[in-house]
Amino acid sequence: MSTNPQTLFDKVWEGHVVKKVSDGPDVLFIDRHFIHEVTSPVAFLGLKTRGVGVMFPEKTFATADHNTPTINQHLPVQDVLSANQLKALEENTAQYGISHWGLGNPKNGIVHVVGPENGITLPGMTIVCGDSHTSTHGAFGCIAFGIGTSEVEMVLASQCIMQPKAKKMRININGALQNGVTPKDAVLYIISKLTAAGATGYFVEFAGSVFENMSMEGRMTVCNMSIEMGARGGMIAPDETTFAYIKGREKAPTGEAWETALAYWKTLKTDAGSVFDKEYHFEGKDIEPMITYGTNPGMGMGISQRIPTAKSIESGQASFDKSLDYMGFNEDEPMLGKKVDYVFIGSCTNGRIEDFRAFASIIKGRKKADNITAWVVPGSHVVEKQIKDEGILDILTEAGFELRQPGCSACLAMNDDKIPVGKYAVSTSNRNFEGRQGPGARTMLASPLVAAAAAVTGVITDPRTLL
Amino acid sequence: MAYDKFTIIRSSAVPLPIENVDTDQIIPARFLKATKREGFGDNLFRDWRYNADDTPKEDFVLNNPIYNGQILVGGKNFGSGSSREHAAWAIYDYGFRCVISSFFADIFKNNSMNIGILPVTVSEGFLHKIFSAIEKDPQAQIEVDLPSQLVTIISTNEKESFDINGYKKDNLINGFDDIDFLRNIGDEIKQFETKTTC
Ligand code: SF4
Repeated sequence: MSTNPQTLFDKVWEGHVVKKVSDGPDVLFIDRHFIHEVTSPVAFLGLKTRGVGVMFPEKTFATADHNTPTINQHLPVQDVLSANQLKALEENTAQYGISHWGLGNPKNGIVHVVGPENGITLPGMTIVCGDSHTSTHGAFGCIAFGIGTSEVEMVLASQCIMQPKAKKMRININGALQNGVTPKDAVLYIISKLTAAGATGYFVEFAGSVFENMSMEGRMTVCNMSIEMGARGGMIAPDETTFAYIKGREKAPTGEAWETALAYWKTLKTDAGSVFDKEYHFEGKDIEPMITYGTNPGMGMGISQRIPTAKSIESGQASFDKSLDYMGFNEDEPMLGKKVDYVFIGSCTNGRIEDFRAFASIIKGRKKADNITAWVVPGSHVVEKQIKDEGILDILTEAGFELRQPGCSACLAMNDDKIPVGKYAVSTSNRNFEGRQGPGARTMLASPLVAAAAAVTGVITDPRTLL
Repeated sequence: MAYDKFTIIRSSAVPLPIENVDTDQIIPARFLKATKREGFGDNLFRDWRYNADDTPKEDFVLNNPIYNGQILVGGKNFGSGSSREHAAWAIYDYGFRCVISSFFADIFKNNSMNIGILPVTVSEGFLHKIFSAIEKDPQAQIEVDLPSQLVTIISTNEKESFDINGYKKDNLINGFDDIDFLRNIGDEIKQFETKTTC
């Protein structure tokens, strides 16, 4: 049978279409549904109002992460609204027979960290969650994206969602990344080139040697941020690195099932001759450690550069000025040497073991700067354990850092981890919007290496000078 | 949310021969603070319908009892402006199930179909014939037949067909929203699931 060449996205999408609605959306079957305490209660309420059950409870996985405290997790949660949401999650999952890793469970952690960690996320799956950074799972060659609460209800009730197919974009980076340049820098670089809305309406495939040579943790960081350029999601074709990561994880297939799965996973790549609606090419050598200077993730620059002038970028003068004003920066000034108050390493973007290894590589043998308050927050209990087992905790402690307990923390500052008004934070998370990390907080997005360099020097510092 | 099924409506109609009726007129912004979907009908066309002291404006069509029915007939470009779904809720809540016009704003059209109102687009000429028929006889019966996609002016037996996408047509005929649609194909979904490898 001769067929047209298909992209990775086509293969996974078409393989999950239950029904094509003529003149309407596709009905897409969802393999894995993650839920958390914040966006699920209203969806369960909807089910109850309709008197409808959960169609496949075994395909939904719940964890508590968005508003959980990152200290004293053994104590009752103080914030009443948070405590209510946590209780609702516990009760709803119990009622419908859904697996729930609540606070204190050794498998608890940020939803997009625990999914891959436990082998729930597997190549070729469709994955949704009521959190926009669900795109993280695209690192395994999945179609993964965030959904709204009414769609959460839809997936619980029918294991499907109704959506039109997105357009296709491929972003290629070839060559190699320089020493001191991480996956976070690669994705911040891409977003700075495409702008925060540059991929709106597209599903993105990342391709080229830079991604082929990247670890799974790095690929997750890249796919996680794909939505920050407006994309529906991002994905990377699974390969030997992917298979090696998955093998042996708790919920991964074994024995014969593994062989069958592997044979299928190996077909998950874009066929030669496939056509994309849009394609970009970049070179790895052009990327340096990145930092954001403004209030959207597209406002990023190489750390040794100067803040651009409004004229040199496309966004309107007014919003550019407003953004710099909020940050307390001026155009055409360097970022290097600017004072920093807070450093946050964590989140589903950079809260995996590799990120803490990178962080430790710089702080080892150095001391935390006195002016810095640092929040070091693992993405999950598994990561927390790795940090301890690998001796990273000793390095942290010796350098004057404390390790907190897992959760989303200052990524969205729904719990107590809020950056105070006007303070500067170098953050390894994914959004630098006004007020995202607390009212008036000034966020500079960066890699774990840049975060570590700021943490030990107290100012924005090129991590390459400390390696 | 599921709503009543829509198949064939035969009813008198309320004429509103005004072009570019925007959603701010249909439901003014100050009435958007409610947290439920019900109750918006009372404020449908609020500022055309009532004086500032809340007394009814005698000359507005909704205040003239000789005009009534489940069909609202509007001038060209009905439902433009803000995307508020409340506009469609207000029309539905008042008791209309169908709006006929020669052109609808896109978002209004989608919002309407999502909540069980059928927007019917007819030609400029046919719209004019409907307005004339109602002018002659305020109780002139109009038939809107969704399954066969036809509008008929009963007194003259003049007909015109209209377009609608198949998915939305099915939903309206069955009184479904997306969740109902998905539940209705539950067996297909379960069948599909047995073939999935994950
Ligand atoms: S860490 Fe941030 S982006 Fe990730 S799941 Fe939590 S809130 Fe969402």
